[in-house]
Amino acid sequence: MCGAKVGGLSLDGIDVAKEAIIQGVVTRDGEPVDTAYVRLLDRTGEFTAEVPTSATGHFRFFAGPGEWTLRTLAPKADPVDRQVTADTGVVAEVEIAI
Amino acid sequence: MSRDTALVSAQWVEDHLDDPSIVLIEVDEDTASYDKGHIRNAIKLDWTTDLQDQVRRDFVNKEQFEALLSDRGVSNDHTVVLYGGNNNWFAAYAYWYFKLYGHSDVKLLDGGRKKWELDSRELTADLPTREKTSYTAQEQDHSIRAFRDEVVAAIGAQNLVDVRSPDEYAGRLLAPAHLPQEQAQRGGHIPTAASVPWSKAANDDGTFKSDEELKEIYTEAGVDWSKDTIAYCRIGERSSHTWFVLKELLGQDNVKNYDGSWTEYGSLVGVPVVLGDEPGEA
Repeated sequence: MCGAKVGGLSLDGIDVAKEAIIQGVVTRDGEPVDTAYVRLLDRTGEFTAEVPTSATGHFRFFAGPGEWTLRTLAPKADPVDRQVTADTGVVAEVEIAI
Repeated sequence: MSRDTALVSAQWVEDHLDDPSIVLIEVDEDTASYDKGHIRNAIKLDWTTDLQDQVRRDFVNKEQFEALLSDRGVSNDHTVVLYGGNNNWFAAYAYWYFKLYGHSDVKLLDGGRKKWELDSRELTADLPTREKTSYTAQEQDHSIRAFRDEVVAAIGAQNLVDVRSPDEYAGRLLAPAHLPQEQAQRGGHIPTAASVPWSKAANDDGTFKSDEELKEIYTEAGVDWSKDTIAYCRIGERSSHTWFVLKELLGQDNVKNYDGSWTEYGSLVGVPVVLGDEPGEA
């Protein structure tokens, strides 16, 4: 539960027990998308952070405990919203298909 | 300044890629982003090494800035067009920085790298070569840069605009949520500061909202247009984005960016801090 996902972004040097991590991968037709942007919106829908996906389609946020929305933008795709719950010491894994 | 002089569209940039009077510069939080692909003919500035003193916490001085731009082939006469990731946070920071050292013609690519990518416009890994120049900078323009004592004096007297996310404002987070949260400073915000996350000024694709929408956002948040304004965030890059909106798009006179921002203020001994979602009293 607290380790880095195999093949995901490195969590080296980060004290995972103190973080509420949301991470995952964006895919299109089963293939990772390295040109997407994932936005983290808070419980009121307000923007909190945004990251571009990595070469392997991965993304990660250090959120706080609570309810969040991930909004994914990518070229030639409609935005996709996904709800996710974060907890301190837990890595919430999300797979987003666009 | 206005939208017409400070902002250019992705299409305008694409139409001017070979214009010798323009230098396109990418500035990213992720300083490796340029190396993976950038707009053709764009050069890179690294905000951590090129724009920061490597010993003290401060900017490079006038001579260092002159040497940097001379080396990269930027002259005083060039139109500098900046763009970058994170909805132009660091490009806006560089825009403010160029203004701080008196560069006359600076523009921001509306929407930055994200808009360019979402439009499926071309990126290249090819590196441009530029002739060296002899750049002359002005002394820093402190009418756009706020220091900590002015910020403390502004509590209850001027507009303070905290542009971090609501959770950072309230003290529930200490950094943007794409960064680890463990930090030395206290959480919270400067008393009386209005919470207007920088993101309220931008559309999902990173482009700026219309002047009418922008004016309404800051008015609703309690910004008094008859007063001077200081914007701050965590390290001064997101507040550059808001400084750009207030000063360059909406044409407000006295707007300063507090680049010390929360990493300085939240570490000061004895200054007042407010926790929670309300601005608090002076």
